[in-house]
Order: sequence, then C-alpha cells, then structure tokens
Amino acid sequence: MARPVVEAVWQALAAIPDPEIPVVSIVDLGIVRSVEWQDDELVVTVTPTYSGCPATEVIMTDIGHALDAAGCAKHRLEIQLAPAWTTDWISAGARERLADFGIAPPGAAAPVARAIDASRLYRRKVRAPVSCPNCGSARTRELSRFGSTPCKAQYRCDDCLEPFDHFKPH
Amino acid sequence: MTTDEQLFDYLLRLADSDLVLAQRLGEWVGHGPVLEEDIALTNVGLDLLGQARLWFAYAGEVEARFAGGGRGEDALAFLRDGGDFRNLLLVEQPNGDYAYTMARQFYFDTWHQLVLSRLAASSDARIAEIAAKALKEVTYHVERSTDWVIRLGDGTAESHARIQAAIDDLWMYTGEMFAADETDAALVAEGIGCDLSAVAPLWRDEVSAVLAEATLKLPGEAWMQRGGKQGVHTEHLGRMLATMQWLQRAYPGAQW
Repeated sequence: MARPVVEAVWQALAAIPDPEIPVVSIVDLGIVRSVEWQDDELVVTVTPTYSGCPATEVIMTDIGHALDAAGCAKHRLEIQLAPAWTTDWISAGARERLADFGIAPPGAAAPVARAIDASRLYRRKVRAPVSCPNCGSARTRELSRFGSTPCKAQYRCDDCLEPFDHFKPH
Repeated sequence: MTTDEQLFDYLLRLADSDLVLAQRLGEWVGHGPVLEEDIALTNVGLDLLGQARLWFAYAGEVEARFAGGGRGEDALAFLRDGGDFRNLLLVEQPNGDYAYTMARQFYFDTWHQLVLSRLAASSDARIAEIAAKALKEVTYHVERSTDWVIRLGDGTAESHARIQAAIDDLWMYTGEMFAADETDAALVAEGIGCDLSAVAPLWRDEVSAVLAEATLKLPGEAWMQRGGKQGVHTEHLGRMLATMQWLQRAYPGAQW
C-alpha cells in the first residue's frame, strides 16, 4: 500500500473531534503542530492544551487510530511543549462553530509577562467583554473562573439570563 | 558545578509541591461550598497534577543519568515515603475551612507565579518550556485565590475573622518558600534555578497589597518553620500519603 501524502494525513486528522467539544477538530484547536514523513515513519507533533487536560490521552489514542486507518504503517507521536499552546491558534471557522454550539469563543490571549511587576499583580484585570452566544448581548458576567473543563469559564448573560461557557483566552 | 543529583532534587521540589497541593484540592471533590467552587478548585488541582507529571517525567530522565535507571512518574508519586518528598510544608497543611484552603492557595499561587516567571527564562531549556506552559495556567490560579482572599476579608465579620485566622496560622510556613539551600544556590549559579532572594521582596509586596485591599492584617515577625524541601515534614504529610498511595502500595503495578 502506497503511503498517504502529508495533505491526506492532515485531512484525516481534521476529522478527529475534540473529545469534550465535538464541534471543533483537533486541527481546528491548533494542537497538531506538524506532520512529516521521516523515511518510512510518519511523525505527528502535538502541543497539548492544559497540562492536566484529561482529553489529551484520548486525543493521542484517536490520532493513532486515525493514522492506522489512513494507511500509515509506521507512525510516531511527539509531544512539543514550546511554544506553549495558545487559544490564538484556534481557527476562525472553529470560533464560529463554538459560538453556534453555545460556547463564547476566546478573544486574543494576553502575552504572558516573563518578568512580573509585582506592584500590578493583584489589581483585577479588566477583561474584554464576552458576548452572549445565545442572544449576542454584551451584558454578561463571569460566574466562575473555571467551567466544565479547564479551558472554559462560566458566564451568565444579564439580558437573556442564560448561563453559558466561555472558552478562556489562554 | 551542578550535579545531576542536585537537578533531580530541584525538580522533585517543584513536582512534589504541585502533587501534594493537587491531592489536597482533590479532597474537596464533592464537598465544595457551591458547585462552581467544587469545579474550580478541582480544576486548579488538575492543572497542578498535570504540571507535576511534566516535572516528574523530566526528573525521571535526570535520575537515569546518575542512578543507572530513572523512575517513572507513577513510581515517583506513589512509591516514595514521606521523608523522600521535597514539597513545601505549606501545601501539605490540611484543608481546614474554605478560608484556610484559600489562604494556603493564595500564599502558594503568588509564590508559584513569581518562581515560574523566573524559571521560564531558565538556562535549562526543558525547565524553561515547562515553566512557560505552567505559568499560563498559574496566572488564572493567582487571580482566583486573590479574589477570594479579598472577598472573604472584605466580607462579613465571620468571613473576615476566618480568613484572618487562616492567614495568621499559615504564615509560619511561608518563610521556607524563600529559604535557599545548597541545591538552590548551585542551580542559581548556573542560571537554571530561581533566585529566591530576588523573589522574596516581590512576594511580600504583593501579599501586603492584597491583604490591605482585603482589610486584613499582615502577620508580624514570627518563627518560620522549614524542612519540607529537605524531606522533614509536618505530621500531616504521612497521613495524606497513606490515602494517596494505598492503591499502588496494596496492588503494586495496578493500572486502569
């Protein structure tokens, strides 16, 4: 069996849904960093989202199955930590699907300061407004910094009163 | 010259503080005051557990360089005794009430963020990349625990009294966070580790500012406990480990 071209592998990976947010694929999330043949072995490099995200192991298993199904006889998964994953890598299409699914998509992630000015640390950050994915209102409030998964916060809309998840900028 | 033994020791300190605090936070599962808090606390614990795994994995590789075989993350987490743990005394303290848990978290998160921000520029590339990743997560932790200290301190008379008591009680475990020993000095000298003396005044400024906003009093000079980083712990760690490790001890090699 001829080995699949890299583009075909990308397509196969793009069909793998995130285990916890099935409307976006792992390629949409930006965690697949590269796909390349090294001799007769296909190497897929993945950058995990949150350190403790329980979906990571499921994703790695799913990738293995997809590569088998795509006809890659020999394949290897590599974990790459740097640069750290950021929600800025989530595709535009996926952001729309998140909103349709009822999850407010993330805004731009703030750069993480390497040297921290302690005099500013404790002041509450002014966060960019998050629009309600149900009615579009900008009058929303954060209920909790963490939601149903590590990557989401819980919000509520003050107009339609619906609670919703917000994919945090990270 | 930093030896691999020192680097291993340093990595265990980072890993063990994360692991022990993750286990403490896990004890809140199903007991949080409200559902959102239950979820939030355990998510913080999950982040810390994930970070601990990254540090353990590296520690095992370093151990293999001098011990002829490195332990895996499970062996390091579940098959070491209390005297081999290198976590800060602060994080092994029992949960107490919610104010106690939040005061402990606030002291730790503030320290953690400052240390990770330095380690993100470590001359050891592996440490730098793990720290940069963890730092993003810890930034959320700091905001959360800071908000809680302010909310409880500047809240009712009852919440104020409870968080002040927790802040006072746990104060004696904060000195150790900045007490550098030979391991710290060796790693700082090579640009690998975090210079704790540089971080100490920043931590104090930050904690003072938050406590002031929370209408709480900064504890005064006190005797500071130490020893966690060298394996000398309070009586609480052993009991916690008995719960955490029993399965692997009773059924060695058990897997899901």
